[in-house]
Amino acid sequence: MRTIAEINDKIKKGKAVVFTAEELIELVEEEGVSKSAEKVDVVTTGTMGPMCSSGAYFNIGQGKPKMKLGGGKATLNDVPVYTAFAAADFFLGSNALPDNDPRNKIYPGRFAYGGGHVIEDLVAGKDLKFIASAYGTDCYPRRELSTLINIRDMNQAILFNPRNLYQNYNVAVNRTDRVIYTYMGILKPNLGNASYSSAGQLSPLLKDPSYRTIGIGTRVFLGGGVGYIAWWGTQHNTMVEFDQNGIPTEPAGTAALIGDLKQMSPEWLKGASFTGYGASLAVGVGVPIPILNEEICFNASLSNEDISAPIVDYGSDYPQAWSRDLGSATYAELMSGTIRVRDKEVPTSSLSSYPRARRIAGILKEWIEEGKFYLTERVAEFPGPGSGYDCRPLKERPI
Amino acid sequence: MISRRIVLHFPIDLVSDPIISRLVKKYDLECNILKADITPRQIGILVLGLKGENSNYKDAIEYLKSLNISVQLLSQDVTRDDDRCIECGACVTICPTDALTRDPLTGAVSFDKESCIGCELCIVACPMRAMKVCF
Repeated sequence: MRTIAEINDKIKKGKAVVFTAEELIELVEEEGVSKSAEKVDVVTTGTMGPMCSSGAYFNIGQGKPKMKLGGGKATLNDVPVYTAFAAADFFLGSNALPDNDPRNKIYPGRFAYGGGHVIEDLVAGKDLKFIASAYGTDCYPRRELSTLINIRDMNQAILFNPRNLYQNYNVAVNRTDRVIYTYMGILKPNLGNASYSSAGQLSPLLKDPSYRTIGIGTRVFLGGGVGYIAWWGTQHNTMVEFDQNGIPTEPAGTAALIGDLKQMSPEWLKGASFTGYGASLAVGVGVPIPILNEEICFNASLSNEDISAPIVDYGSDYPQAWSRDLGSATYAELMSGTIRVRDKEVPTSSLSSYPRARRIAGILKEWIEEGKFYLTERVAEFPGPGSGYDCRPLKERPI
Repeated sequence: MISRRIVLHFPIDLVSDPIISRLVKKYDLECNILKADITPRQIGILVLGLKGENSNYKDAIEYLKSLNISVQLLSQDVTRDDDRCIECGACVTICPTDALTRDPLTGAVSFDKESCIGCELCIVACPMRAMKVCF
């Protein structure tokens, strides 16, 4: 039907026809798949929610005398960073916590400030405290460093998230008789509420469920700037259940994302605090899907009514890794405000922001229409549905 | 008829006085105590729902102020920081009075201050820590 090179040519001429995933759903309802696929060049998707497996790496340059952080210790605003690289590189994960954070010793812990908040503060242009100690070598004699530091003065600040964009996710409920504090939020006892976390019909990997276009090298909206899919994400799973349209009905594919933190904005990267659980980072991501054929158009046009998520008990089944079927709910039902679980009406809430997902899809659409954002050909494919690539539990063995 | 939720700050010397009882007896107001606390510095804080005749309510507020009790509407004390809120909706099933609700079509999350009782449950339920309370 069309190639990515042809689409980029149209973008250059300002003639590319770009629809958000929501707009495509309406168009396909009115005009059918064939006509819509003829008309639309690119569909934009979006999502924003806490994505815990996120982080960033940095190079801060050398002072005088020189210092080797590798093998030493360092903190940014009292949050420990991982220094086991060369002299001036370190990595910060979004879940990192200050050593003196009480964690869950005072249950439930508040986790007011962690790695995700440090990343947000950096992106916001704030000065941060950087404190480091090292063992000293002949070529790197310095042992102590204490300085204010700002992202604009760093050589590199690169967001690198090993696992983002979960393709579908659990609906968390609690069947115990006490309140539980989870990464899916606060879950009230006896099926008091249900928490889900996907933008459903706007969510990137649900709109290209068999990875017909999305792959390594795909250029994306990341945290308000431009990023790339670096690899498939950790826990990427192709051996799950799929519905008649080929959409996974449980958590499946994931993507690892990378991008220049210096271009990003605190509006689309926000530190998060999960009471009783920990610190995290909410990440805004948008992925363009080139409509290369009717099948890709059909997949991208499936709506919240067509996509369903499994209901999982986080009171016992999830922590104990038990498998029990509590049924499923469509994203249309989840959006409506209540679902039925074991004959009980359960109010729903979301961790993924639907309004933000919609805004990201809109911004990406604008970027493409204005010729600020071109599509990339992927350089390698993700392991596809049923390929055998799976997510296995840990095999424990005595030492 | 008027119905308001207010926050009272009592000075130390009034903490042991039966103020609420007077609001009921003298001013014929329905009183619903939503929160009562005495801080380590012995300042009493009371979050109160009041309902009754307009003139009685007005007189009661004057009476409270004459005792040096500071009176503020609750809606001025619980706020949402719109720069932090991403409208995920994590708060909506935690809020006991539907002051926080989510639009089923757009997903937009609204905060209706008038329905808020200042229970503070949303504060810890919000991952972005967008809800603030300042009694």
